[in-house]
Amino acid sequence: MSAVLPHPADHGHDHDHDHDHAHGHPVGWRRWVFATNHKDIGTLYLLFAFTMFLVGGTLALLIRLELFQPGLQYFNPELFNQFTTMHGLIMVFGAIMPAFVGFANWMIPMQIGAADMAFARMNNLSFWLLIPAAIMLVGSFFMPGGAPAAGWTLYAPLTLQMGPSMDGGIFAMHLMGASSIMGSINIIVTILNMRAPGMTLMKMPMFVWTWLITAYLLIAVMPVLAGAITMTLTDRHFHTSFFNPAGGGDPVMYQHVFWFFGHPEVYIMILPAFGIVSQVVPAFARKRLFGYTSMVYATSSIAILSFIVWAHHMYTTGMPVTGQLFFMYATMLISVPTGVKVFNWLATMWRGSMTFEAPMLWAVGFIFVFTMGGFTGLICSMAPIDIQLQDTYYVVAHFHYVLVAGSLFGMFSGFYYWSPKWTGVMYSEVRGKIHFWCSLVFFNVTFFPMHFLGLAGMPRRVADYPMQFADFNAIASVGALLFGLSQVYFFLFIVIPVMRGKGEPAPQRPWEGAEGLEWEVPSPAPWHTYETPPKLDRTATKVIG
Amino acid sequence: MILARREGSNYVTTMMTIRKLGYGATRAALAISALTAAGAALAFGDPSVTDLQGGPKVNGLDFQPAVTDIARQIKDLHYGMLIVCTGIFVVVFGFMFYSIIKHRKSVGHKAANFHESVAVEIAWTVVPFIIVILMGAYATRTVVAMKDTTNPDLTIKATGYQWKWGYDYIKGEGEGLAFISTLDTAQRELSETNKAGGSDYLLKVDNPLVVPVNKKVRIITTADDVIHSWSVPAFGVKQDAIPGFVRDTWFLVDKTGDYYGMCSELCGKEHAFMPIHVVVLSAADYTAWVDKQKKALAAAADDPKKVWDMGAMMARGEKVYLANCAVCHRPDGKGAGPVKPLDASPTVLDPDKNAQILTVLHGRLNGAMPAWQGKLSETEIAAAITYTKNSWSNHTGVLVQPSDVVAAEAK
Repeated sequence: MSAVLPHPADHGHDHDHDHDHAHGHPVGWRRWVFATNHKDIGTLYLLFAFTMFLVGGTLALLIRLELFQPGLQYFNPELFNQFTTMHGLIMVFGAIMPAFVGFANWMIPMQIGAADMAFARMNNLSFWLLIPAAIMLVGSFFMPGGAPAAGWTLYAPLTLQMGPSMDGGIFAMHLMGASSIMGSINIIVTILNMRAPGMTLMKMPMFVWTWLITAYLLIAVMPVLAGAITMTLTDRHFHTSFFNPAGGGDPVMYQHVFWFFGHPEVYIMILPAFGIVSQVVPAFARKRLFGYTSMVYATSSIAILSFIVWAHHMYTTGMPVTGQLFFMYATMLISVPTGVKVFNWLATMWRGSMTFEAPMLWAVGFIFVFTMGGFTGLICSMAPIDIQLQDTYYVVAHFHYVLVAGSLFGMFSGFYYWSPKWTGVMYSEVRGKIHFWCSLVFFNVTFFPMHFLGLAGMPRRVADYPMQFADFNAIASVGALLFGLSQVYFFLFIVIPVMRGKGEPAPQRPWEGAEGLEWEVPSPAPWHTYETPPKLDRTATKVIG
Repeated sequence: MILARREGSNYVTTMMTIRKLGYGATRAALAISALTAAGAALAFGDPSVTDLQGGPKVNGLDFQPAVTDIARQIKDLHYGMLIVCTGIFVVVFGFMFYSIIKHRKSVGHKAANFHESVAVEIAWTVVPFIIVILMGAYATRTVVAMKDTTNPDLTIKATGYQWKWGYDYIKGEGEGLAFISTLDTAQRELSETNKAGGSDYLLKVDNPLVVPVNKKVRIITTADDVIHSWSVPAFGVKQDAIPGFVRDTWFLVDKTGDYYGMCSELCGKEHAFMPIHVVVLSAADYTAWVDKQKKALAAAADDPKKVWDMGAMMARGEKVYLANCAVCHRPDGKGAGPVKPLDASPTVLDPDKNAQILTVLHGRLNGAMPAWQGKLSETEIAAAITYTKNSWSNHTGVLVQPSDVVAAEAK
């Protein structure tokens, strides 16, 4: 009896549990379309995100195919630009963000001892808004003139030259933004109002903490993005001149507004991963998280500082020297709380009693590669170096180290850690390890050479490049293909089997050292958990009645 | 004074040490690459490609060789950061891998019970804080120097167009010179036909920017349509060219030669094909170049009052068309993707020749079709229009004279 695929009314046959659901559960497709259960919606989010991840990944492979050798082999440069743009938009708004909302839906109510999310119907709407948004976004490839090709940052005034698909893209992002804001409100209200008695804020699991902070970031910045793209829309159609220099508009202002959204967005995509890793590492080190309080403060500091570093994306626009210095210092400062988090994870591992099942491998892999991305971030924080590296492949390498190896590895860690609770069966440990090692190796084969390309001066978003860059591009393309295949392997040989309930039945506590309320319920987690507030022990990690 | 001098010399010594360490590290890295990537020849690409002087190296692992003081400072900062990061890397991951090996359940390690230590936590907040303050202080000097565009010997305006660079010599020796710099059309064709090759592939232009050595050159950037970015890695210069805005940057090159960069801000479909090529000449050679240019300019100036015959206009028009129009409308006039075909186009075939003249002068669709007024001379515009009206399946027989364009401009 899996909580993921088989019909939830399976446990409805057990009539003792069914009395308060006289209206019955919707069945068949209605179960998903009318879903209000946080677990079902979480599943929908995760499947949607993985689908978009494969779409975005396919685009990435098309990019790498064209860049495998110098010269234009397969695509004209216009189509190439559409690929890079859509790869970015789909991965950010379609894959990473919804995937973390999926994790939040599944885990937050269980972790805080709540029955469900606070606003069950809004939860349904915030998921289903993503579907038309995704159709509009991906469908833009088939509109006259093709998909938007102005880069995922949608810089004006290039956006003003785009065809009608740009408007489709803007509407899609509006919908996704509305979805994110609703999701965030839901998460904040759930966390602040629905914790079981005894779970004070400072006893909440780290994943809940990081999501609480992320949700505030989302509410703060998604409207800013909505404003920027709406102004782009009116510039395009109603002859306003917010960003159009031909009418006295200011294209640099667009960049300021965009990155005021864009930089906190970077942390929106990484903080929940920090939360997952902060739960997985203590579980497999069999030792409490080191410096819980400083973890909470570090996360909050990162969130606050993320609002005052945006212009480090814009050093080459020609900011005044004081502006450059301010943003350089602020950016360097943000590495301090980030460092604290890494040190805390290490101190948690230190003198623990570690085992390395798949969740822990991914978490350690996360710490290792994310820190490498952190180092390149530190290097880029220096304005003079950044000016030299701006818009080169070094930046591409840097943000893929923090986003793929950071966010994505964090999510894989979370999947392996919690999937026994979701599905009621254990994934295949051997396959999990194959997935990890292949991903780790091929990820580095793909992205490490890009550091060299950037240092040597290869610009990003180019469809063709000077001959001297040929070898590293060829290596990166091979790595990308193998990395992509590793993810297909993950879906076919790990996700599908556990969703179909194939595998060893999972015990209630599959991990010896794991603590928290999600491990106080059977595996798979019943369709409704904690319908009445549980009584918690002093640490708020165990139910005592 | 004395104190200042001593600080200065300390700085120099530190920089030299860092540079030495950095060069050592680079040499080691190069040795590794020689083993893995067959040294200076491409393993997967054309092995005849060599390092481009002033441009990218084959399988380059580091910044391009610096020829300005700023670029050298950037290189030093980068080596300094590499050393700092390597240090942190060794310490942090030393602890992590020690822990992974020793503190595992399979070797019988029992978990300790500590989970906080105020002293340790303060230490690892304060120490990184001090490190970043030192880093900030270390970089500030260069940030300030990079922005100091005062007292240039030569001022040149670089204008980004989709997809070429326009250079205007504003002040200093060569004042009044102006030309457009476009990627070598043969190289664009090599790219299109998948025959990429040559050590200066995608970096060769028709008219490189020419500047004198050891002179402070200030580059003013702006753009005509969308944002571009003027970048030459060997100079340590990258400055966005933003429409409606004027920004500046500077360089002082101490070595003659050819230097290359590429547009570094996504600017539409030909973004990969608008290189920057700078030729740095000795003072005497530069003066000679300026003289030659001024004479050529005077000789080549088209008289817009001249009346042309069809044969001469078509020959001129083909050249203008291939250099400026064919990149979007294609050499066969069929257009591509969102770009409209000229072959059988109603605007081109319109009996009122002003319809096409006005389109070419003022552009369309927010600059997707650029406005050519001011970028091409009246003669060039007339020639290109005449060419399109009488090529492929278009047989209008209409000859547009420069005077027609002048008349349309007055409207």
